[in-house]
Amino acid sequence: MKSVVEQKFLALNGDEAVAYAVKQCDVDVVAAYPITPQTIIVERFSEYVANGEVETAFICTESEHSALTACLAASLTGARAFTASASAGLALMHEMLFVASGCRAPVVMAIANRALSAPLNIHGDQSDTMAQRDSGWIQIYAENAQEVYDSVIQAFRIAEHPEVLLPTMVCLEGFQLSHSLENVNVLPDDVVKRFVGVRKFPKVLTHEGKFAPLRLDPDNPMTLGPAAFPNYYFEFKRQQEEAMNKALEVIRQVHDEYAEISGRRYGNGLLDPYYLDDAEIATVCLGSTAGTVKTVVDELRAEGVKAGLLRIRTFRPFPVEGIRKALENVKAVAVMDKSMSFGGHGGAVFHEVRHALYDSEKRPFVVDYIYGLGGRDINPMQIRAIYRDLQEVLQKGRVETPIRYVGLRE
Amino acid sequence: MTSKEEEKSWKEISIAAVCWKPSTDFLTGDWKTFKPVRDLGKCIRCLLCVMFCPDGAIHWIAEKGDIEFDYNYCKGCGICANECPTKAIEMKIE
Repeated sequence: MKSVVEQKFLALNGDEAVAYAVKQCDVDVVAAYPITPQTIIVERFSEYVANGEVETAFICTESEHSALTACLAASLTGARAFTASASAGLALMHEMLFVASGCRAPVVMAIANRALSAPLNIHGDQSDTMAQRDSGWIQIYAENAQEVYDSVIQAFRIAEHPEVLLPTMVCLEGFQLSHSLENVNVLPDDVVKRFVGVRKFPKVLTHEGKFAPLRLDPDNPMTLGPAAFPNYYFEFKRQQEEAMNKALEVIRQVHDEYAEISGRRYGNGLLDPYYLDDAEIATVCLGSTAGTVKTVVDELRAEGVKAGLLRIRTFRPFPVEGIRKALENVKAVAVMDKSMSFGGHGGAVFHEVRHALYDSEKRPFVVDYIYGLGGRDINPMQIRAIYRDLQEVLQKGRVETPIRYVGLRE
Repeated sequence: MTSKEEEKSWKEISIAAVCWKPSTDFLTGDWKTFKPVRDLGKCIRCLLCVMFCPDGAIHWIAEKGDIEFDYNYCKGCGICANECPTKAIEMKIE
């Protein structure tokens, strides 16, 4: 059992917390193209490079597509690579996201979540990363700047784990987290360096008929990302699904190990429940909204209402079993979606949560609440109203309107 | 990819789509519609076709002192015919 390490407080916003963590993680290559609200991440990091505080190759690319391509290529040679993006930039990377996960390149990327055009909007919602949820990347959503810092450090360990080898994105909501100043506890440089460690490579069978570490190396030539036609493509995709399944356990392990040195935990690393043990009504959400919901849960508990919250920290891989178990005894659940799935039945989080609960013996009522699009505020009064709705659902014994909008002018 | 190979399961193959066979194990010649045919009288063995072939499908055979088309890998692109200074190569439909 390791003991908690002495740490220092820094005043950092979410973006700066990312840059600081990346600085400590001994990253070889950072390639990026600036886009609001991610800009501060690479601005800060480029200062570290300019000041000689890190030995990282910093590549200014001409687009996000190139930024991720540079990181992916660097990662395939065995380098540790990082990039950051948001919104339209992430959309421009779309193609390369699949190449990175298919090539099993453990690139880490921070996303300062932002709405997508049109109309043009620079503010925070999760439309950008939700649109990439099937790209084969691990997705971690942080609640505050502290968790952003902690998650970036954990992300390198998770992504590079030989059983996982999947690119990982750490998501922080634009402005709410990216630009808000907080007290962030940071670990000493050497502790982070030791925790992240040196990248390991699993051995693969090459065309020369020998086993070699999975990375481009002139002494052990290999071909990565070739053509795989109908006779093999499917098998490679199935492997990626297996890596996601294994990631569930690895995320938990890395989170536990990190908790031992930092003293901070976020549920079990996958799911972060709050007053859920005996809850009758509960909300499910991602990211910074959980902070506001916790305030409301505290108030409701003081009033004797059995309210709870389940924050999903890891949306990919989606912890189906954990969610089913966590919500087993809850009678009515409100799922909060900070993005829309046009023409679908509710938002992405709603789809997944309700789907996970379908096989429960005691299936709770589930209502979807779409909120916060384009950075629109959500306040404690509105969250209280959601819990009131759930009480009403229980009284009536049915969900009359399964999809609702919070803070929308009707 | 014409070579009939053993069909491995997803558990047996290398991850990251790493090739476990050299690319020469896969025959790509069946893609072609046209194939190059040489007029031996016109050919001056300048070897420009060997240089220009993007698939390395034209070989200089030292013992014969002549070139040979490898139709297993020729994709029928016609670059050899286009570059041939004596117009010795004709693209004929297969």
